[in-house]
Amino acid sequence: MTNHYIDFRNSDVILNMGSNAAENHPVSFKWIQAAKDRGALFIHVDPRFTRTSTKADIFVRLRSGTDIAFLGGMIKYILDNNLYDEFYVKNYTNASFIVNPNYGFDDGLFSGYDPNKRAYDQKTWALEKDENGIPKRDNSLQDPRCVFQLLKKHYSRYTPEKVTEITGTPGDDLLKVYKAYSSTGTPDKAGTILYAMGWTQHTVGVQNIRTMAMIQLLLGNMGVAGGGVNALRGESNVQGSTDHALLYHIIPAYLPTPRAQWATIEDYNKTTPASKDPRSANWWKNRPKYLVSLLKSMYGDKATKDNDFGYSWMPKLDPTQDASWLNLFDEMYKGTFTGFFVWGMNPACSSANAGKVRQAMTKLDWMVNVNVFDNESGSFWKGPGMNPKKIKTEVFQLPCAAFLEKEGSITNSGRWSQWRYKAANPPGVAKPDGDIMYELFKKVRALYAKGKGAFPEPILNLKWDYETKGHFDVHKVAKEINGYDLTTGKLVPSFGALKDDGTTSSGNWLFSGSYTEAGNMAARRKKDDPTGLGLYPGWSWCWPVNRRIIYNRASVDLDGNPRNPNRVVIKWDAATKKWVGDVPDGGWPPMGTEGFYPFIMKPDGVAHIFGPGLKDGPFPEHYEPLECPIEKNLMSSQRINPVVKIFEGGPDTFLTCDPKYPFVCTTYRVTEHWQTGVLTRWLPWLIEAEPQLFCEMSQELAKLREIKNGDRVVVETARGKVVAVAIVTSRMKPFNIAGQTVHQIGLPWHYGWIWPKDGGESANLLTPTVGDPNTMIPESKAFMANVRKVAKKAKS
Amino acid sequence: MKITRRTFLKVSGATAVGTVLSGLGFDLSPAEVYAQTLRIKGAKETTSICCYCSVGCGIIVHTDAKGKVINAEGDPDHPISEGALCAKGGSSYQIAINPNRLQKVRYRAPNSGGWKEVSWEWALNKIAANIKKSRDASFTEKNAAGQVVNRTNGIASVGSAAMDNEECWLFQKFLRSLGIIYIEHQARI
Repeated sequence: MTNHYIDFRNSDVILNMGSNAAENHPVSFKWIQAAKDRGALFIHVDPRFTRTSTKADIFVRLRSGTDIAFLGGMIKYILDNNLYDEFYVKNYTNASFIVNPNYGFDDGLFSGYDPNKRAYDQKTWALEKDENGIPKRDNSLQDPRCVFQLLKKHYSRYTPEKVTEITGTPGDDLLKVYKAYSSTGTPDKAGTILYAMGWTQHTVGVQNIRTMAMIQLLLGNMGVAGGGVNALRGESNVQGSTDHALLYHIIPAYLPTPRAQWATIEDYNKTTPASKDPRSANWWKNRPKYLVSLLKSMYGDKATKDNDFGYSWMPKLDPTQDASWLNLFDEMYKGTFTGFFVWGMNPACSSANAGKVRQAMTKLDWMVNVNVFDNESGSFWKGPGMNPKKIKTEVFQLPCAAFLEKEGSITNSGRWSQWRYKAANPPGVAKPDGDIMYELFKKVRALYAKGKGAFPEPILNLKWDYETKGHFDVHKVAKEINGYDLTTGKLVPSFGALKDDGTTSSGNWLFSGSYTEAGNMAARRKKDDPTGLGLYPGWSWCWPVNRRIIYNRASVDLDGNPRNPNRVVIKWDAATKKWVGDVPDGGWPPMGTEGFYPFIMKPDGVAHIFGPGLKDGPFPEHYEPLECPIEKNLMSSQRINPVVKIFEGGPDTFLTCDPKYPFVCTTYRVTEHWQTGVLTRWLPWLIEAEPQLFCEMSQELAKLREIKNGDRVVVETARGKVVAVAIVTSRMKPFNIAGQTVHQIGLPWHYGWIWPKDGGESANLLTPTVGDPNTMIPESKAFMANVRKVAKKAKS
Repeated sequence: MKITRRTFLKVSGATAVGTVLSGLGFDLSPAEVYAQTLRIKGAKETTSICCYCSVGCGIIVHTDAKGKVINAEGDPDHPISEGALCAKGGSSYQIAINPNRLQKVRYRAPNSGGWKEVSWEWALNKIAANIKKSRDASFTEKNAAGQVVNRTNGIASVGSAAMDNEECWLFQKFLRSLGIIYIEHQARI
């Protein structure tokens, strides 16, 4: 999130789309309600009427997988009616920038497409620069090649009629949402977007979010209280686990993972974002300091200038290698791996095409499964359809402590890192995850110290001294993450102190300042609220540098005065020459004097309405999901996103517009369960409340299929099937898509065979192996299925 | 007497009967006092943050004199949740008090039909040996193009957003020191 949960209350119009906040983030709704109590409008856009919809001032439906069409229509509405924030668009975005003359878009394809590679050459999407290397602009926004004019042209095609045909949303409903949301285009109003997996889990997931980010920029809603782009993330520490880079493509704090073509730090640093514009802070220019400080935290004294700070010890990806989730399990299915850690996860139920994942696990020699409860991954070898005698995989199931049985911090979606204390001992011999990995590494190191082994340097040279009296000490790791001034041995106060000469360390530059000589900042519980906006700067700690609203320099005018005097995030005090309020995005003076542009993480210093860096185009474009109900994309000849990777063969099948699978299907969650249910299915209260898998469908579809409420039904796709209880409800309605009736069904993905015994299976047995081309997040939210009544067994 | 939730409701109901009617119909104060006494008598309070979604609600965990979790409820001082919890957070003490918790280290041998209980020492030694074997067998110093990559192609890892920050950081350090590149977790799905 750019903003944070309490900040919802500062909004004038809240759009909840791709999320069901009331059921999946229930306590967040406190702040939506607080906004409503102030008179704010609350809009919910979803295929299904949920408890979130019951609280909405405006609820409208759309077919799963058509969000870009819906929002593209909103961009057109904003531009046609001049509802954008002109000052903001001209000064804080790249709307005035001039695009390469060879950029083009035709019938669903941007310029530079190679159909054989299913990829774009992005050269023609570049922004033009002058002789000094500074982006060319037309501040009148009239140049036909400026971003603003190209934007107008691109979205002129998203007429209300076309959008209605694609989404199934009636024209009046579209207009209601467009009108209400675009009312936030004035400086005294703020609009916010709350989204979740309903947007990410699509083959156009990144562009779903980008479309909305563009709307937020047009309306001047970024950096302000009550605004921002806010992901309601699904797990209590998925923000922290992302920040700390438990992902193939990044190392801690969003530094790119070293690749084969960058043999040395010098090579790596050649990719450091650069800007020749003296007005751009280009914060990423500091990346070399963060890399060396990270290597010092990895290898300690063993990382020296002479050995390139141990950079060669870091594993490297091939130049364009994608080792993300779907590829990982594809490789496992092919037999690439002998060993596998399944640590605090349950991919046998959480992964798209879970049947393939379960088969892939049989190819392993060994698996380490660490969890609080037994789960379908650790016990995959005795699951449905498995013959244990034929499965060679050794499995180690290690019991770990639950959250209340250990000490440490977690980071919520608002980037607040909050400290938890240990309340009780774990049961039996269970141990905290930290203790397990700490002891395991010592065993591995001992083996390499003792005998011969491949490339032992990174193992023998790893800094692994986080213990007190022989036990793992979480505070020592928290301090390592914060970082040290190695010349004094003192903790650094913030990342401003980090250097690239090996005299500082920091395991994660974004967390520099979280545990300083002043103490453990995440443990703070002060309730002061000096701005009155609910920022609570003395409660816990938030990255970066305790800044509660990111890009807040875009909330002020060129002289540093708040554009909305009623909700002051930051303000320049000319007398003291200091900012007051939230921690500003850099302490420089206002932009109108000698200060920098506000979007300091972008090389150009401004936000990107035109985004030349994504794999599937600089402007979001509507494409149908991999499996869809209509033969032709009504926007162009490209039915699906032209750059998605298609997995084919074996368990990877998909069928689109096939009469066998005529209904749009989606997956979701319920309040009483969480993810695959490992931490909820075993809890007596929760499993009593939501005991089994269900499938929701409209009354119209139920009639068509002769299904009654409560009947047992089979839901089936090209990949698998599950048995569920039918819920026939007016919460679901058929859509009119280009004159055809299209039915949609949906089911939660919390269940699995292990427990409860009659609870049903994972809905991910149905979902396809296909992902967004930028993130490879699977398309679990829109695919094609059939539903039919379970035939009654003949009485004997 | 062992007080379960149901018997407690009966007891408090009986206490309420016969009290002086207040403006709300009943004067529940004696029952409330009794409830408070029961629940937190001798209990220690520990602050925590909910383990489920990403809102970050404050939880107060109560433990008895023996250190056993007896209750978990919303932290009224927490600025985001202000004492509120959803159905999951409100049930979270049942994670601690649950007969189905994994309490032993278990091992499933190749082609075996069941689990065997083992010690930490045995399991960690064997896992370490497996790691070394897989790593040594699949370690790749140079890729097909001859570029130095120093990586282990034969081991993959998934997880976990359910761990604390410090554990996540330490885990990536552990995995990368082994040369593993297939590192993924919940954020990708």
